[in-house]
Amino acid sequence: MMRNPYRTQNIAFFFLFLATLLIVVPVGLIVVIIIQKGLPAINWQFLSDIPRQGMRSGGIFPAIVGTLYLVTGAIVFALPIGLLAAVYLSEYSRDNALNRIIKLAIVNLAGVSSVVYGLFGLALFVVFFKLGASIISGSLTLGIMILPLIITASREALESVPHSFREVSLSLGASKWQTIRHIVLPNAIPGILTGTILGLGRAAGETAPILFTVAAFYLPQLPKSALDQAMALPYHLYVISTQVPNVDEKVRYGTALVLLTLVLVMNLVAIIIRYKFRKRKKW
Amino acid sequence: MRKFKEFIIEKLILICGLASILFVALIFLFLLKEGLAVFKTVSPFKFLFGKSWYPISEPPQLGILPLILGSLLVTAGAAIISIPIGVGCAIYIAEIAPLKVKEVLKAGIELLAAIPSVVLGFIGMVTLVPLVKSIFHLPTGLTALSGSIMLAFMAMPTIVSIAEDALYSVPKNYKEGAFALGATHWQTIWRVMLPAASSGILAAVMLGIGRVIGETMAVMMITGNAAAMPQSILAPVRTLTATIAAEMGEAVVGSEHYFALFAIGVVLFIMSFAINVTADLFLHKRQ
Repeated sequence: MMRNPYRTQNIAFFFLFLATLLIVVPVGLIVVIIIQKGLPAINWQFLSDIPRQGMRSGGIFPAIVGTLYLVTGAIVFALPIGLLAAVYLSEYSRDNALNRIIKLAIVNLAGVSSVVYGLFGLALFVVFFKLGASIISGSLTLGIMILPLIITASREALESVPHSFREVSLSLGASKWQTIRHIVLPNAIPGILTGTILGLGRAAGETAPILFTVAAFYLPQLPKSALDQAMALPYHLYVISTQVPNVDEKVRYGTALVLLTLVLVMNLVAIIIRYKFRKRKKW
Repeated sequence: MRKFKEFIIEKLILICGLASILFVALIFLFLLKEGLAVFKTVSPFKFLFGKSWYPISEPPQLGILPLILGSLLVTAGAAIISIPIGVGCAIYIAEIAPLKVKEVLKAGIELLAAIPSVVLGFIGMVTLVPLVKSIFHLPTGLTALSGSIMLAFMAMPTIVSIAEDALYSVPKNYKEGAFALGATHWQTIWRVMLPAASSGILAAVMLGIGRVIGETMAVMMITGNAAAMPQSILAPVRTLTATIAAEMGEAVVGSEHYFALFAIGVVLFIMSFAINVTADLFLHKRQ
């Protein structure tokens, strides 16, 4: 008996579709569940008050502020280095062994386990540089973690600027740096911005790198300097989910919702910028 | 003067270009610096193959075999789940889905990649763990299986996006040639596209597995964290990553326990390094 190839195809395509559903449906469910159960917890008090009664009620304000500090610190550190590294890779490096090694280093940096970043931050910033568990230690650790993301995105943005732009600028007598500064970088800004925002989102959501470098279990007041410990949203969610018994489910879901919203809004903004830029691109 | 300024800027750019190498080296050096000290008290063989991990007993027993096996068990489970589903989804997105659907699916996958692991861990705790508990009638749902399922999800975005890229970069004329010979779309995918994209798909799978081995928070929250030799996929286990995350907070700086946790970090670093270098070789083979 001949097998009908179109029947085989239909069966195969059905399974491929099923595989896709198996990924996409749970993602949708996760988001819907968190929104549905977390939304009732969200009110002004929850967002602006300190945690009370052993974190079983009250708000999450110090954790939100801590995360904003950490994310800002991380990006202030990682953006200049990442951007210049991307300029090096796209404009200066030649296709040689050094270039290969740098790219391999970036791939490895992106692949290192997040908890290993935590160990590294502990050994280098907290213990060796004696910065202690502090916002600065945590920010630097997060900054190094998001570096590969920023380098990769910025490099792609820089490389997508057409060669003719550079040639025209150079032929008009501009120097290499002037060309980069006035022609290449301005045209690559949307791509760089996308990478930066994705980096922000990643830094805001990571827990393991801040476990031993900054995160405070419970801290009722806001940090006063960069050398203070701080609470952070992802760590706070971990704490109230596993370390503190009898926390109201509403509080947990509410915290998860705030964190998820923060991260997803950043990703959404990045996607929108990329989309608009693609439409506007004339070359 | 302008020449001088440019000279400075270009040197700065070079230094930043080298920064990634510097950071990888720094990470490895500092892990080694703190981690190698543990071998003063326990031999490397006993550390890697010792069957008991009691870091705070007196004297401490620092054998990480149960943790390594825990990591491998959870990772193997996650791989079995995520590879077929992930590659299947990649094929669907790259080859079958209409353009509009494709955009939505890709956004969905990106969304999954963006969800913080602690949020996935939390959701796993409140939904998946009770489910596993009641399906298999277990005393606790915090098991290797729950961890594998959750980690499979976290590996999907990596596997799907890289495998999809690999399929996408197969030259168009391969496909057209197969069609011209009368092959169906599925025959073309199965006999032409997949073999042509195989090294990229292999790299996708490896990077996905690398992500799983290194994953920390979700795994710590839902695998139960029992530091004993894993007995079954339905029992609690503890991974290398979860051990570091759970215990470093209590370890005294400079103690044997502290050094041992760094040594685990070295093991993890070497694993991820090997995986990434190999995957990179596969990705370059394609070009």
